[in-house]
Amino acid sequence: MTAPTPALLKGATGDWELIIGLEVHAQVTSNSKLFSGASTEFGAEPNTQVSLIDAGFPGMLPVINGFVVEQAVRTGLGLNAQINLRSVFDRKNYFYPDLPAGYQISQYKQPIVGEGIVTVDLPDGSVREVGIERLHLEQDAGKSLHDQHPKLTYVDLNRAGVALMEIVSKPDLRSGEEAGAYVKKLRAILRYLGTCDGNMEQGSLRCDVNVSVRKPGAALGTRCEIKNVNSVRFLQQAVDFESRRQIEELEAGRAIKQETRLYDANTGETRTMRSKEEAHDYRYFPDPDLLPLELTPDYVARIKATLPELPDAKRARLESDLAIAPYQARVLVMEKESADYFEAFVAAVQKRTGKAPQDIGQDCANVVVTELFGALNKDSKSIESSPISPTALAGLQALKMDGTVSGPTAKKVFEEMYATGKDASAIVEEKGLKQVSDSGALEAMVDKVIADNPKQVEQYRGGKETVITFFVGQLMKLSRGTANPAMVTELLKKKLAK
Amino acid sequence: MTSLTDLTLADARDGLRAKKFSAAELARAHVDAMIAARPLNAFITETPVIAKAMADESDKRIARGDARPLEGLPLAIKDLFCTKGVRTTAASHILEPFVPTYESTVTQKLWDAGAVMLGKVNLDEFAMGSSNETSYFGPVENPWRKPGDNRSRVPGGSSGGSAAAVSARFALAATGTDTGGSIRQPAAFCGIVGIKPTYGRCSRWGIVAFASSLDQAGPMTRTVKDAAIMLRSMCGFDPKDSTSVDMAVPDFEKALTGNIKGLKVGIPEEYRIDGMPKEIESIWTKGAEWLKAAGAILKPVKLPLTKYALPTYYIVAPAECSSNLARYDGVRFGLREKGEDLTAMYEGTRGAGFGREVRRRILIGTYVLSAGYYDAYYLKAQRVRALIAADFANAFKEVDVLLAPTAPSSAFARGEKTADPIAMYLNDVFTVPASLAGLPGISVPAGLSADGLPLGLQLIGRAYDEETVLRTAGVLEQAAQFTARPQTWWKQ
Amino acid sequence: MALDKATVTKIARLARVRVAEAEKDALVGELSGILAFIEQLSEIDTSGVEPMTSVVAMPLPRRDDKVTDGGKQDDILANAPEKTAGFFTIPKVIE
Repeated sequence: MTAPTPALLKGATGDWELIIGLEVHAQVTSNSKLFSGASTEFGAEPNTQVSLIDAGFPGMLPVINGFVVEQAVRTGLGLNAQINLRSVFDRKNYFYPDLPAGYQISQYKQPIVGEGIVTVDLPDGSVREVGIERLHLEQDAGKSLHDQHPKLTYVDLNRAGVALMEIVSKPDLRSGEEAGAYVKKLRAILRYLGTCDGNMEQGSLRCDVNVSVRKPGAALGTRCEIKNVNSVRFLQQAVDFESRRQIEELEAGRAIKQETRLYDANTGETRTMRSKEEAHDYRYFPDPDLLPLELTPDYVARIKATLPELPDAKRARLESDLAIAPYQARVLVMEKESADYFEAFVAAVQKRTGKAPQDIGQDCANVVVTELFGALNKDSKSIESSPISPTALAGLQALKMDGTVSGPTAKKVFEEMYATGKDASAIVEEKGLKQVSDSGALEAMVDKVIADNPKQVEQYRGGKETVITFFVGQLMKLSRGTANPAMVTELLKKKLAK
Repeated sequence: MTSLTDLTLADARDGLRAKKFSAAELARAHVDAMIAARPLNAFITETPVIAKAMADESDKRIARGDARPLEGLPLAIKDLFCTKGVRTTAASHILEPFVPTYESTVTQKLWDAGAVMLGKVNLDEFAMGSSNETSYFGPVENPWRKPGDNRSRVPGGSSGGSAAAVSARFALAATGTDTGGSIRQPAAFCGIVGIKPTYGRCSRWGIVAFASSLDQAGPMTRTVKDAAIMLRSMCGFDPKDSTSVDMAVPDFEKALTGNIKGLKVGIPEEYRIDGMPKEIESIWTKGAEWLKAAGAILKPVKLPLTKYALPTYYIVAPAECSSNLARYDGVRFGLREKGEDLTAMYEGTRGAGFGREVRRRILIGTYVLSAGYYDAYYLKAQRVRALIAADFANAFKEVDVLLAPTAPSSAFARGEKTADPIAMYLNDVFTVPASLAGLPGISVPAGLSADGLPLGLQLIGRAYDEETVLRTAGVLEQAAQFTARPQTWWKQ
Repeated sequence: MALDKATVTKIARLARVRVAEAEKDALVGELSGILAFIEQLSEIDTSGVEPMTSVVAMPLPRRDDKVTDGGKQDDILANAPEKTAGFFTIPKVIE
């Protein structure tokens, strides 16, 4: 494990070290809510996905969703974390209009998941292990809309009671960039596991960021919690702004006040949250409407047996079994959908060509990372909306590998496939792009090129053998790229030697 | 023929099936009695129209030979059970306008068993009280008064309206809820039977919560047999309540064999508290003798932590209530007091909506859970509670059932204890321990005090052993021959 | 432990219950009396005793992940003191 490298920030009084811890709220992928049978679907009419339980009506009681428990355990296992066989649901008491019961059912002293580790890939290619403090289950709150009416706040409880996993990191992060990399990695793991869709725009993944600064080696400074950070870009901006603000405050001789701040995406600034100004006293106590949640080692083992391959393991396998270079392997596993696409692609190529994975892996990776991702990026398209399916792409790759099309031709065919969605062989057929390997036809072309360029022939025969590339170029031009370059080179050498 | 309102639940059931009278007649008689008894202030909401419709339906069923267990029997429902389309107030100003769109599991089971709703009866606000004096809708009168003394007596609480309605014979039976004695103590004060089953027997779904780890519904009736009949229809597993027990419901009526030969009855020594009135002590002794005469073996048992049950209760119950009552905030239902901002709206609504005792308990509960005090109060209380439960478990290794008084006095005069919360809390000294341990307890009328007011005796059983509790109660009832009735002063 | 008026004010605020100034003095006495009463528990040695977390000795029941509820906006809003366009409404909250 690499120790945190302090990315020091320059201040007027010297260097400052930044300490960041994250609380990520991840919405658990489930059909119904944590304690009620109402739907979790996003975007419904207000107050239509609300049960009487979610709305906190008198006499209503919670009953836990067993699948959500399973999802939390699955996530814990994916984070290499301790699964607590006994956990307790507590009530966190506070008043807010979108918290109908006046308390949130959460887990305080005894969470379902304890300490774990996430391996984070930093932009410079290095790897860092970030500690997970805990993961607990809790209810989401409803939504207060403050901008609908000049004097009123509107309350919609559709989200109230949706299951969240709060994943708390240790204060192991040292820059906004690192924090961003951590969230990306966490999101990838959750998506591989299928326990959270990771959709930040819809609020399925939200971060609260704890930021403090200190002089290197000094005791931890007072931290501020920034709420409402809903993209990786905002996360970095919020950390950058907040750390600069804290340094300025401290260097001006002012103390940092421990407080909750709100990130404003419009200004890129953080500001004190008025509604949270009051000191909190949540009066946690075990929810008497529920009993302790007890799991058996068997139950955990059964879930463990069904865990999918996670990004780190997949990446290692791509490198060892498919002989793919680290950089490409890392890019390929970043998104579950990309990795799935790639693996389907390799499998299809293997099926068509009968070649061993380690012999085709790197070339396949090049095609996907360079060609396909390049094209998709240009169009801001996701891999799911790729116009070329893995099998279609494998069709092209097979044509390239058996010499039917040359490398440069394959690029052209790819563009055509991407634009039209047509099959590779159909395009090759239609446009006559098949590589010419017939020696008779090639010989005629070689003779013509030699006859047309006596000056270069002279140079070559005079000892300037690099001129051969000129002849190859001419030949490819003449054949519109269909000539087999290896055969052409061979023939040229033979004829020029005379 | 005796008046229809004098029948026991069992006799009314049998009379209906024998077609001696109709459900409509039975309902009519009780509605009339209910209206005549308005001076008792037992009802918050009368539902005569619903009663008529339900009774008519029952008559059809009876005519078809399709009668259900409680077919056509008029009941009063404590106004803590949410009833669909019928206002449910918990006797609080804050819920004054609240009309649930749902029906509590227990009342639904009663209606499914054919019972007829007379209306919603009064209680202490949010079931917090032992005298029914904390109701926003005014205190309930105990139908019993001292002969020659016109002063109002409290009916006990919190199920005071239920107890008064059954005692004064304008409901055949009533539902109650018991958190620390709220079924048993008013039953004792009004001379009727009340049983709190084991925690987890009756679903809490749809009952306005006071203290979730203690609240249990139960029947309040004029006889032990009636209690057995009604309890059977109220109990049962409910997947909507995570603390509901998935266990078969016995035919409690069949448990009333009258045979307690060889039954070991424990007499908890610690219940003999300082300053206990003589007549309480003597009725207790008498009860023990009755059981002995019926073949039971008496055994003194030790419950050393008895005196700490009340202080434990007065931490746990307010703590839970402070959280349970946070939902009454004026946002989604109930009272809203306008305020210039959100906090003003909250504080105004809750300040105006909750009565004095409820506010007091919310404040105590908030305090004992607050930062720095949680361990010393709440956690400590839950540890003591575990010890109290262990005491009972030990006692039940030696005996089958415990006999104790229900309350330390007979019904006191209105206003007598309102000034001193602790004096009021002491009413529950004998009922609270079983509540903390979740055990079943019944109060059976056993006699009259020297000044003519009812006294009750309590039996406490093992968890889920309501059958032994009821069987023993049946024997007590038989021996006590409690036939006294309150004077119907309210009819004058 | 006796409570003072400032503490009563603080917990009333925490509980969002408005208490009239005049009532506070009485509450100081009442609540202090109740606290003195419950503090009897300090006489008991509870070291090594697990606090009770549930009265019933059974596992927490778990339900299936099915949508069985919702779609009842009318019921949810039926008792609302104020509502508009499917929302509950309250005095404006400034964050």
